[in-house]
Amino acid sequence: MSNVLRPYLAAVRLTLTAALTLENFSSQVVERHNKPEIEAARSPEVLLNPLTISRNENERVLIEPSVNSIRVSIKIKQADEIERILCHKFTRFMMQRAENFVVLRRKPVAGYDISFLITNFHSESMLKHKIVDFIILFMEDVDKEISEMKLSLNARARIVAESYLTAFG
Amino acid sequence: MAAPQVFPIAQVPLTTHAFSPDRSQVAVSLNNNDAQIYTRHGQEWTLTETLSEHDKLITSIDWAPQSNRIVTASQDRNAYVWSQSPDPSTGQLVWKPTLVLLRINRAATYVRWSPREDKFAVASGARAICICSFDEENNWWVARLIKKPIRSTVLSVDWHPNNVLLAAGSADMKARVFSAYIKDVDKRPLPSVWGEKLPFNTLCGEFASPSGGWVHSVAFSPSGDLLAFASHDSSITVVYPDASGAHGLINIKGSTLPYLTLIWTAEDAIVAAGHDCQPVLFKGGPEGWAMTASLDDATSTPRSAGGSPKPGVPPRNAGGVGRLNSAAFNTFRNADTRGGINPGGPTLASPGGVGVESEIMTVHQNTITAVRPYEHGANGEVTKVSTTGLDGKLVIWSVNAGAAGLAARLGGVHLR
Repeated sequence: MSNVLRPYLAAVRLTLTAALTLENFSSQVVERHNKPEIEAARSPEVLLNPLTISRNENERVLIEPSVNSIRVSIKIKQADEIERILCHKFTRFMMQRAENFVVLRRKPVAGYDISFLITNFHSESMLKHKIVDFIILFMEDVDKEISEMKLSLNARARIVAESYLTAFG
Repeated sequence: MAAPQVFPIAQVPLTTHAFSPDRSQVAVSLNNNDAQIYTRHGQEWTLTETLSEHDKLITSIDWAPQSNRIVTASQDRNAYVWSQSPDPSTGQLVWKPTLVLLRINRAATYVRWSPREDKFAVASGARAICICSFDEENNWWVARLIKKPIRSTVLSVDWHPNNVLLAAGSADMKARVFSAYIKDVDKRPLPSVWGEKLPFNTLCGEFASPSGGWVHSVAFSPSGDLLAFASHDSSITVVYPDASGAHGLINIKGSTLPYLTLIWTAEDAIVAAGHDCQPVLFKGGPEGWAMTASLDDATSTPRSAGGSPKPGVPPRNAGGVGRLNSAAFNTFRNADTRGGINPGGPTLASPGGVGVESEIMTVHQNTITAVRPYEHGANGEVTKVSTTGLDGKLVIWSVNAGAAGLAARLGGVHLR
């Protein structure tokens, strides 16, 4: 892990730990409902100020806390066209299987690549610090994953090109 | 300080708990629509009764110590008063519900019996507090509503010892003191520091912590002359009321996660607990307040005596640095013992970028939802408190109540 990544992830970890102070909060708007307030957004007093942690202009995290849910949106580094395509495919693959990831949101927030929605029910059924660990681990791994995919894509392209060109050689 | 008694009641969150008057039974809600009564047999708690009438999550339970009645509040907008009566066929004592006409159309969030147990207050998400008193004619509990000037969900209430004043903390970031005087039930209260003439719904004070934040918990001191509240900005505020209306506020800023619940253990001591997973003791007076100790003190408490820990919970490291024995500590230890050179950041470190694992070194492994007084000392101060948490544990802690606690400890020392 590079030395620039470490304080970035540390900031995200501390912010998530502070933001994951959720409680069970029944809706004030619709009776007998219990909805994530950050998604419903009908009671402004139970929403907190959203916070952006930015490593550089194309890598940032948006954390939107509320009384019973938080939304974490991640903008993944995309340096070139290949990374952009890979990132799109990768996040789409994950989000189509969102129910297996429990805390994953089916659509990212506008301007971000992937979003998580953590409610008080998640922080009750799972240990809170493990949820934070999971998000941090995801952020660490997704960059690695995409750069590995890019390398293997390039390697494969080279092999294909070489074997194709040997026919003319 | 004696070791805490840990009882793993369930594997699911305990939203709230209330002990019976003789402490042999406890009513808890296992994060569902049933209130369950557990009876103590030695070191074990066994389920003896289930109170099922609600059809949504039970948010709060209170057990009246003198009249032995239970009141439950739920997100299904209802509250029920349960009292024990003999079953006509078998003669066994069973809990029977009594209807409460709350007249609210949102969740009931919190309920507390008044000190004389002739009224109870139900906080609700309908931006109102219901003050319920018993109607003999119809055999039900009727509510009068306090609505103004509450502007959001009421998260907690607490009764003043005079049975009339009521403190409420709500999600509109204010703690308020109201009069809940009901003509037919209450005698005219004596004038107090909170005011002299107190008709129903009088607002005696409105307080906010300097940086705002939802007020999670409010509590009157044993004398009723002070008010403390915990807000989401991780602070606790103690209110010193003044008859002129210029109330004094002392704000204790915390460096931890917000507190969700607090009680007074004496006139100069508060125990608060919440998202930090450990109850902490605050002490002070008019000149200032400060956090003095955590009840979950790994260094001074022998770990092995901690009741019966839940299987699967890793043994706690008594020599750990800090409460959250995070990856940073492990990395430094690894660097120290194995000669590795991979120094971590202040809270994050992961040799090779994998296995970022943090571990909480407290008895409760998740947020503490409720702290209640468990045992009172000779002078009326609370000597033991009980907590329940989202990790399904019920823990009984002894409070080192300052001078009294010190005297008690010195009392055990024989000087010859």
